[in-house]
Amino acid sequence: MAVARGAPAYPTIGGSYANTAPHYRRGLRRMGLYGTVTLFASLVLTAFLMPFAYMLVTSFKDRDQIVASATGPILPVDPLTVEVGGRQVPVYRVPIDGEVRELALVRPGRRESVFVDPEDPAGAEVVWEGAWRTLKPVYVWAPRTGNFAAVWNGIAFPRLLFNTAFIAFTGMVGTLVSCVMVAYAFARFPLPFKGAMFMVLIATIILPKQVLLVPTYAFFDAIGWTGTWLPLIVPHFFANAFNVFLLRQYFMQLPRELDEAAMIDGAGPLRVLTSVIVPQSYPVLVAVGLFHIVFAWNDYFEPLLYTLGRPDLQPLSVGIQQYNFIYSQQPHLIQATALLGMVVPVALFFFTQRFFMRGIVITGVEK
Amino acid sequence: MSARTALGRGKPSPLLREQRVWGWVFLSPWVIGFLAFTILPILASLVFSFTDFRLTEPESVSFVGLDNYRKLFVDPLVKVSLGVTLRFALLALPIGIVLPVALAALLDSKWLVGKPFFRTLFYMPYVVPVVSAIFIWQGVLNAQSGWLNRLLRLVGVPGPNWLDDVNWIYPALVIIGLWGIGNAFLITLASMQAVPTAFYEAARVDGASAWARFRHITLPMISPVIFYNLVLAVIGLMRYFEVPFILSNGTGRPGDSTMFFNIHFYKTSFVFFDMGYGSALAWLLFVITMVFTGLLFYSARYWVFYAAGEVR
Repeated sequence: MAVARGAPAYPTIGGSYANTAPHYRRGLRRMGLYGTVTLFASLVLTAFLMPFAYMLVTSFKDRDQIVASATGPILPVDPLTVEVGGRQVPVYRVPIDGEVRELALVRPGRRESVFVDPEDPAGAEVVWEGAWRTLKPVYVWAPRTGNFAAVWNGIAFPRLLFNTAFIAFTGMVGTLVSCVMVAYAFARFPLPFKGAMFMVLIATIILPKQVLLVPTYAFFDAIGWTGTWLPLIVPHFFANAFNVFLLRQYFMQLPRELDEAAMIDGAGPLRVLTSVIVPQSYPVLVAVGLFHIVFAWNDYFEPLLYTLGRPDLQPLSVGIQQYNFIYSQQPHLIQATALLGMVVPVALFFFTQRFFMRGIVITGVEK
Repeated sequence: MSARTALGRGKPSPLLREQRVWGWVFLSPWVIGFLAFTILPILASLVFSFTDFRLTEPESVSFVGLDNYRKLFVDPLVKVSLGVTLRFALLALPIGIVLPVALAALLDSKWLVGKPFFRTLFYMPYVVPVVSAIFIWQGVLNAQSGWLNRLLRLVGVPGPNWLDDVNWIYPALVIIGLWGIGNAFLITLASMQAVPTAFYEAARVDGASAWARFRHITLPMISPVIFYNLVLAVIGLMRYFEVPFILSNGTGRPGDSTMFFNIHFYKTSFVFFDMGYGSALAWLLFVITMVFTGLLFYSARYWVFYAAGEVR
């Protein structure tokens, strides 16, 4: 870092680098700290995400590879074989004269075995002394992609995906429209007891849902809505506390001057909302929409209740859960199912993470 | 002057009234929803809890007085499931509060390279649907073939039977719950980054160590967020259902160790359709939740520090 330019101004007993050495050491120490902290964070992150690697690796194996991986390599690989004299023989890593060669085993023996070069099967035979079972096989990368097709058809994935997407998107429209309206009312209109009503709205976050569940279920059952999607969609057209809070915070910091300018130009309250407030709020609207989609993809309890006995109406969460038991002896199919179940929200998150995480921060920090 | 008072008396009043009408119009989705999906069900639930209402035979409903509430004291599963929920909470709550702070401190470190990368990836598992997450963790925590136990075997430790051992199921549930750390960690990080650097500089001038700066500046400054996380964690524990339900298919295995209160509630109300008693169970949970959150809000005045003044 800091290198002395020219001759040191004051020659000292310690030598001419006495002045620069501390800087140099500080630079090293700084590099060390960057390295240590970043390495530590990387290790924690690796452990944290390791299960995804397990899922990926397992979903690309077949049953034989899973059995083999109990003692062998964890990646989706096959032992390499080559054709020698009309039959398939395995290839091993054989140490000969201090170097390791990859050779095909043609005649295994207890004391000594005969190998040939897989590149040249008709060439000279190589005799190796020792127990061939102690040799390491050569593996080749052999991922199986059939699991996804099997699961795709086995759990009627297109059907489940359509159900989930339909429930999620209609609910998203409902939550956006209703929460924007309610947040606009709280942010801009003079209403009696507005503060108290807002507190009540926030307090509903604390309310345990179970208290509402039994009568709500009985009510939906009485009007014939059980076994339909309506209980999973319609309530979202009536606003929810988290999203209203987020939107209100955002609307309140938008300048009122623009509203007033629009009003002077003759815009009514609805026009102000659609032409002034909404166009300024895209980041937070995207966040609310994303929250709802992630919520709907994840929601398990209510879809379980309301689509009971109607497998054709079930969303992914409920639909794939039952395969946990059907496939319990087939981890490769389970992991392929897990991957199909999470791919949409995770992909959506990666594309829009900025909006998503901003929204979470506004809701959490400003409360 | 007189013109202004005339305007002030006459004109704004209809304008204000019109504004109010519009306000109510925009507020109406919440007002209707609040009445239809919150107030009405709460009242109905209270009424149900004094009846023997069963959805399968709605015509033969009759008032049974306090029978359902009396049953709460004799039903052995109430005691079991409350104990399960409490025991799990004693393990999960401290971890769920400390870990987001520790992770946020790590990601707030000025020595960390590539912060946005780490932040995104530590948050990401939060968006993984719970069913997929459980499928994955069931594989990872498998006693024989799971990667966690294979890793432990590599270092010579025999791994436990995470999901089938009553002593290890709670740690396993906590491990599965780690993927839900995203929100708590993200808002903790954001509030750490919002602490004015002048505070740290002043403390450094006074010779405060790194730990002292964390303890006496960072922690008090982020205490509102810790409080918020704590409230949400307690509410989350009171609602805890999906993970144990999907893991054990609602059986409560191993033993009765995953017979959480909400699983008992679910089976009573929606498997046996005993909705009168189910409502009484829900009210018990409601009262417990209110007591705990009430205690939390009461305690907040002693340890939560609001830099900007009073709570809004």
